[in-house]
Amino acid sequence: MPAISVSGLTKTYPGKPPVEAVRGIDLEVRRGECFGVLGPNGAGKTTTIEILEGLMEPSDGSVEILGRRWSDQGDEIRQRIGISLQETQLADKLSVLETVTLFRSFYRSGMTPEEAIRRVGLENKSDAWIKNLSGGQKQRVAVATAIVGQPELLFMDEPTTGLDPGSRRDLWNILTNFKENGGTVLLTTHYMDEAERLCDRVAIVDHGRVLAVDSPRNLISNLQGEHVIEFRIEGDEIAAAEFESLGGVAAVRKEDDCLCLSVAKPHVVIPQLLNHLDSLNLTLAGLTTRQASLEDVFVNLTGRHLEDDEESSLN
Amino acid sequence: MYLTASFVSLEPSALSPFRQLLLTRIRTFLREPSAVFWVYAFPLVMVFSLGTAFRNEQVEQIAVDIQQVEHADSVMRSLADSRRFRIYVGSDQDTSRRLRIGRTELIVQVAPESPAEMNYIYDPTRPGSLLARNAVDDVLQRAAGREDVLTTVNTEVSQPGSRYIDFLVPGLIGMGLMGGGMWGVGFATVDLRIRKLLKRFLATPMKRTHFLSAMITSRLVFTIPEVLIILLFSKWFFGVQVQGNWFVLCLLILGGAIQFSGIGLLVASRASTMETVSGLMNAVMMPMWIASGIFFSADRFPDYVQPVIQLLPLTTLINALRLVMLEGAGLPQIAGSLAVIVSWGVLTFLLALKLFRWQ
Repeated sequence: MPAISVSGLTKTYPGKPPVEAVRGIDLEVRRGECFGVLGPNGAGKTTTIEILEGLMEPSDGSVEILGRRWSDQGDEIRQRIGISLQETQLADKLSVLETVTLFRSFYRSGMTPEEAIRRVGLENKSDAWIKNLSGGQKQRVAVATAIVGQPELLFMDEPTTGLDPGSRRDLWNILTNFKENGGTVLLTTHYMDEAERLCDRVAIVDHGRVLAVDSPRNLISNLQGEHVIEFRIEGDEIAAAEFESLGGVAAVRKEDDCLCLSVAKPHVVIPQLLNHLDSLNLTLAGLTTRQASLEDVFVNLTGRHLEDDEESSLN
Repeated sequence: MYLTASFVSLEPSALSPFRQLLLTRIRTFLREPSAVFWVYAFPLVMVFSLGTAFRNEQVEQIAVDIQQVEHADSVMRSLADSRRFRIYVGSDQDTSRRLRIGRTELIVQVAPESPAEMNYIYDPTRPGSLLARNAVDDVLQRAAGREDVLTTVNTEVSQPGSRYIDFLVPGLIGMGLMGGGMWGVGFATVDLRIRKLLKRFLATPMKRTHFLSAMITSRLVFTIPEVLIILLFSKWFFGVQVQGNWFVLCLLILGGAIQFSGIGLLVASRASTMETVSGLMNAVMMPMWIASGIFFSADRFPDYVQPVIQLLPLTTLINALRLVMLEGAGLPQIAGSLAVIVSWGVLTFLLALKLFRWQ
């Protein structure tokens, strides 16, 4: 039995015109894996996860969480899942221990509040008020409230948005630990590095649809070019078409004043590229190579970047 | 089944969700100094300032004007001797103006050709003027040689139970119960909604009735010290007594707390900003502040609005509080009111439960 199985899920918000946030999603999350829903802001990630969490009714489609349906076994599901919402503000003037104890009291069974606090590494902040914690520490308290009921399945909606790199790594370690102890995690993110680092499998979503589901490694290798060569030319701009015919080049795309070549074997392509530039009488202004990332997968699928509309990710 | 120490189920009572929710409410309230001030200190400030401003005093000196004419001197001397009057001597025009604007209660005009003829000029619809006319007449008649034929003795009464402060304290207790219930429950609820904590709670197995009843119970817990402080302070400072049974009074106070926390919960059941909930709260409370008889008897309003006033939840509460505190009414006399008060609380709670928006 999968941890989550979703088929034909749609959600349309009424309005003029109605907003189709989710337009038919099928997913299956296996037990014990960390599954990432990766997509830009507005892709329908939060709507999807809130339907899975039982906070919202879908317009259509079926959802099973741990083999149960929300309609008749909601309480049983709630006993078995843990949740971290985007943008919850815990009460400022409660201590960490008081907050986690409150959440523990809602569950039939689970770990002690002290144990949950230890797992998120806040033992020495146990008696501190929430308002005196940093953003990263607050997010760890939120995770402690999610794991204190000893859930089988953890939902994390954008768990590291707005956190500094150190806090993000702390949180990744906590989630990795949870998974190593047998838990299943479903997280949404618009950070491709987070998805690559944490997730066993990733669903890439855009405009309320799933574009691809696979492990980050397979998604990248399916690009037929796990490496990217980026280069710039001095002077005039050049047409991408000039380079499509080079042997070993799977795809060419233009980005600002750069050209990006997707290739499997950079050491074979680069000498050919240099010869070709020579024959065209062009001078190279810069050249770098890198491993392809989920970002490239997303660009390949949609023609857009994950974070077109905001600052680029922290890597 | 093997359980490590940290996985053992905890003591059930310590981890009862209702108890934890209640503790949370109490903690967050006590850690908010401004909330504590408004709930506990503000009613005391009201009792103190109003009780002091309207304390029962000796009748003040009566302002009397004498028109400046030939024989006014002897009148002035007689009145001055009695020390009850604040005398002003002025021209016809001057004193008339003072009477018109309320600076004086009475003008004494001595007839120019005959010093034994007095003309009292006053407005008979003003109680102060009437009092001044009689007092001045009395003094002048005696000065002119009138003998009293009856022997009279005055017994002056100012006993606790019939003063303004005695009337005021039950009103302020009612006002405190209303404000505390509405603000306490309403603001806390909307704050949790804005923080998305309500939504977060909804995603746990927490029972909704646990949450809502903890909200109301926390009000009952806060109410006891709140009312006790007002009662003790007004007893110690102004000698305000409770004529009736304390147990009956406590029942009424708890009823009032239930009533207004139910109403507060209903008002806050859908509001999603502080502005909305403040506006709704004020709209609900304003008519009761004015008309329910906190500061003066609701009977002063005209008969045709009385049916509406008597329907207001605070009117019922304050009337019952006064019956118990001032007239020593027992449970049978206020049982009907108490039932109405508690029904308000229960019905609004049930309605709030239905309408409540968690996210």
